[in-house]
Amino acid sequence: MAGQTLYDKLWSQHLVKERDDGTALIYIDRQLLHEVTSPQAFEGLRLAGRKPWRLDANLATPDHNVPTTLKERAEGNAGIKDPVSLIQVQTLDDNCVEFGIEEFKINDPRQGIVHVVGPEQGATLPGMTVVCGDSHTATHGAFAALAHGIGTSEVEHVLATQCLLAQKMKNMQVRVEGKLGAGVTAKDVVLAIIGKIGTAGGTGYAIEFAGSAIRDLSMEGRMTVCNMAIEAGARVGLIAVDETTIDYLGNRPFAPSGELWGAAVADWRNLVSDSDAVFDKVVELDAAEIEPQVSWGTSPEMVTGISGEVPDPAEAGDDTVRRGYTRALEYMGLKPRQKITDIRLDKVFIGSCTNSRIEDLREAAKVARGKKVADSIQLAMVVPGSGLVKRQAEAEGLDKIFIEAGFEWREPGCSMCLAMNADKLGAGEHCASTSNRNFEGRQGYGGRTHLVSPAMAAAAAIAGHFVDVRRLDDQPVAEEA
Amino acid sequence: MNKFERTEGLVAPLDRANVDTDLIIPKQFLKSIKRTGFGVNLFDELRYLDEGQPGQDCSQRPVNPDFVLNQARYQGASILLTRRNFGCGSSREHAPWALEDFGFRVVIAPSFADIFYNNAFKNGLLLVTLGEETIDRLFAEVEASEGYRLDVDLENQRVITPSGEIFEFEVDGFRKHCLLEGLDDIGLTLKDEDAIRAFEQRHRAARPWLFRDSAQA
Repeated sequence: MAGQTLYDKLWSQHLVKERDDGTALIYIDRQLLHEVTSPQAFEGLRLAGRKPWRLDANLATPDHNVPTTLKERAEGNAGIKDPVSLIQVQTLDDNCVEFGIEEFKINDPRQGIVHVVGPEQGATLPGMTVVCGDSHTATHGAFAALAHGIGTSEVEHVLATQCLLAQKMKNMQVRVEGKLGAGVTAKDVVLAIIGKIGTAGGTGYAIEFAGSAIRDLSMEGRMTVCNMAIEAGARVGLIAVDETTIDYLGNRPFAPSGELWGAAVADWRNLVSDSDAVFDKVVELDAAEIEPQVSWGTSPEMVTGISGEVPDPAEAGDDTVRRGYTRALEYMGLKPRQKITDIRLDKVFIGSCTNSRIEDLREAAKVARGKKVADSIQLAMVVPGSGLVKRQAEAEGLDKIFIEAGFEWREPGCSMCLAMNADKLGAGEHCASTSNRNFEGRQGYGGRTHLVSPAMAAAAAIAGHFVDVRRLDDQPVAEEA
Repeated sequence: MNKFERTEGLVAPLDRANVDTDLIIPKQFLKSIKRTGFGVNLFDELRYLDEGQPGQDCSQRPVNPDFVLNQARYQGASILLTRRNFGCGSSREHAPWALEDFGFRVVIAPSFADIFYNNAFKNGLLLVTLGEETIDRLFAEVEASEGYRLDVDLENQRVITPSGEIFEFEVDGFRKHCLLEGLDDIGLTLKDEDAIRAFEQRHRAARPWLFRDSAQA
């Protein structure tokens, strides 16, 4: 019999019951909650007179709606100007009090984007099942946790039963072998993977990212890769446990300590795919061939290298793709064969659950140090992923580097990744963004998003247009527009 | 959940691949703490010519006459015909809530994104997957004949065209059962309460660090 994949192991460790029709009940170890996808779930519990099954499995924090300017944040919830956003954040607070769930409230230093907060606190551990009413829950798979996004009905289901109805996914392995070039980051790796397999390439699969280039990534880089598994259609992205994983977790507040730590680590070391495990699909990439990536269209698969150009729809493979490309170019205001380096930017956003951790901010600060944001850029903002990331960045003086370069230094939250708060693009504006989705209207009505790494976003802010971060110093800086 | 038995209804074609949940219901409408009222903002950025805001009177807004759902011949449609990877992107259940609230009972496409697929079935919205060639033909037929209707029979897993042509579709048994009976998942799962408790006990014994009260002891 063939060995088990990491996904197979996690699945069988949590299988409560399997029905004849293939539907299974799996046990959930951790649920993360935020204000947008939980109110209707709590309301459902109330209407049915149900209580949460296990309080200590849950952890909540508001992130999507919270303002990011210090002025508004100084006043806590009262500083949220949008009355509808305020109700949603207040409703989360009220529900957490009513049901007894631990919450990091708006100005708790531990507040932040759920997918930054969970790992930072050690609330995400290897071997866990982790769910959240947010598709980027795939992030936590970097710890060899079986983690995926769920809808609000499922949030309620997990609250009430500690279980989820699920069907086993297929196994895909994406191997990235070799060394990444200088200036090429985890974000470029995952964008290149999505460019290769497409936005539906992983539908129905749990993707395990493997290979030497993945092993060489830090935990934060691995989180960036797993975060965007959903952009390739896969709800689950996974990376096996190794020393990097274990080193990251020591002394985190929610992580085990003392004797339990030793027992846990011994168990975690088994969270790797067996050498004879069989994957339903294997995709291989050569790390050395990946260059810094920039998305040009309105789907994350519409991406190319910095030396590339916008494609010509006339050369698309089929009618549906051609129509998609044509529509994307029209929406993005780009021409076929336009060079990526000729795309001029209006705004720059460094943040989101993909790229708002301390290493992301260090990468961006390294590029911005001693330089100035181009005059043609209306707004360049840096939004740390949590209060603790912000504090760490300030201890390292990164905030000063950004501010001196002309970036705005903000308070933690999801911010302009999806523009549910006041941070958004205007119609027609091009944005270099370290977020995960370039869908129409995602960052603001009519806004034009280009997905890039933090270093590439910082370089674009300095140059005023996309530029190869590896050659930033050779480039003429943009003159006044 | 509403029971789904059979829907015979007008078909509206949305000829576009990779329709994401941001397009189905833009984020500003996710601030609601209710499950209803999203229908007026379904496909908001395609449907209207201005930027929509929550709580606004949509009857006063300029509509995009080119958008398919604004065309007279598709008023009252309950079946949406669309292209591959429908519902990709975020996990927002507001997407099926908006489709249902607008009046759709069925979406037919060559493929759907995973999370959306789950969310739709939990809300009584039937997703029918048919091959690309069949979808191409249905698009041609819908566009060629005004008032084109399809009969979607979940019990027998068949889509029947006006000419009597039958396309069979697959749907997993459990989802079909829940939809036909209008079953509440939570109530069903709680019938297995003893099995869950027994599992939980074994799980805690094997891996106590997964339980915070044990891990922090």
